[in-house]
Amino acid sequence: MSTTPPDTLPIRTSDDVVFVRQQVRLRAVQAGLGLVDQTKIVTAASELARNTLDYGGGGTVTLSSIDDNGRRGVRLVFEDQGPGIPDIPLALQDGYTTGNGLGLGLSGAKRLSNEFRIESALGGGTRVMIARWK
Amino acid sequence: MDRIPILKLGDALLVTIQVDMHDRLATALEEDLTNRIVKHKAHGVLIDISALEIVDSFIGRMLDNIAAVSRVLDADTVVVGMRPAVAITLVELGLSLAGVRTALNVERGMELIRLRHGAAERDVDVDNAS
Ligand SMILES: Nc1ncnc2c1ncn2[C@@H]1O[C@H](COP(=O)(O)OP(=O)(O)OP(=O)(O)O)[C@@H](O)[C@H]1O
Ligand SMILES: [Mg+2]
Repeated sequence: MSTTPPDTLPIRTSDDVVFVRQQVRLRAVQAGLGLVDQTKIVTAASELARNTLDYGGGGTVTLSSIDDNGRRGVRLVFEDQGPGIPDIPLALQDGYTTGNGLGLGLSGAKRLSNEFRIESALGGGTRVMIARWK
Repeated sequence: MDRIPILKLGDALLVTIQVDMHDRLATALEEDLTNRIVKHKAHGVLIDISALEIVDSFIGRMLDNIAAVSRVLDADTVVVGMRPAVAITLVELGLSLAGVRTALNVERGMELIRLRHGAAERDVDVDNAS
């Protein structure tokens, strides 16, 4: 199974987002991902970490190295206890933002990942899982 | 508070982004650049992002903002040195950077700015010494 044990990091400040990016990069390198794949998962992580901070009121990310019969990768789970997303398909549309963003974070993170799952309950927080395989 | 240095290069301004950007730094850079464009009557802004390992929607928005403000002040924005892996990722993320021109490196970026503004102002004495 996975070599490095899972790690849960706080996302409370903009510096935390930077640290998350660095840790995701390390995992991606360890998993043997090429430079482009590393860049994709780190970029997706940056988007989701920022959403956790800006809209979720802060939260955590759990990083795991995955190994499925020799197929390696990185899995990230972002969790917050914020207001939740009322309409997920709408939030996943390119250009949709309730802040002053470009509305590309969620949809972009989905495109940049091999696996993407989002769960959110109104008033019950948001959980986004992404994975990128070698 | 730390700020990103802005250098004068001919009649353009050069910004080299070497650190992980965060909100305050981005806002400060936008303000500083606006002031310096006016102060130096700069015709171009070169933003060197060769040190950046990723460009996310946050950085993308900052680049778009800088380009929009520069345009109003009659200066072109050229982003230089984007890494190939970053370029590939940017497209998949969905960032178009519509208002931003790109060039391979600072020299090419300067050429681009000169081409755009030099032709129109051929008779104006350009101060190369500064
Ligand atoms: N963790 C979250 N909690 C609550 N709402 C969220 C969360 N993540 C995203 N959203 C909602 O989904 C919308 C779309 O998110 P997305 O990341 O695509 O765009 P953005 O953050 O507004 O802009 P960008 O990411 O391009 O800077 C957000 O504006 C927000 O309303
Ligand atoms: Mg976002």
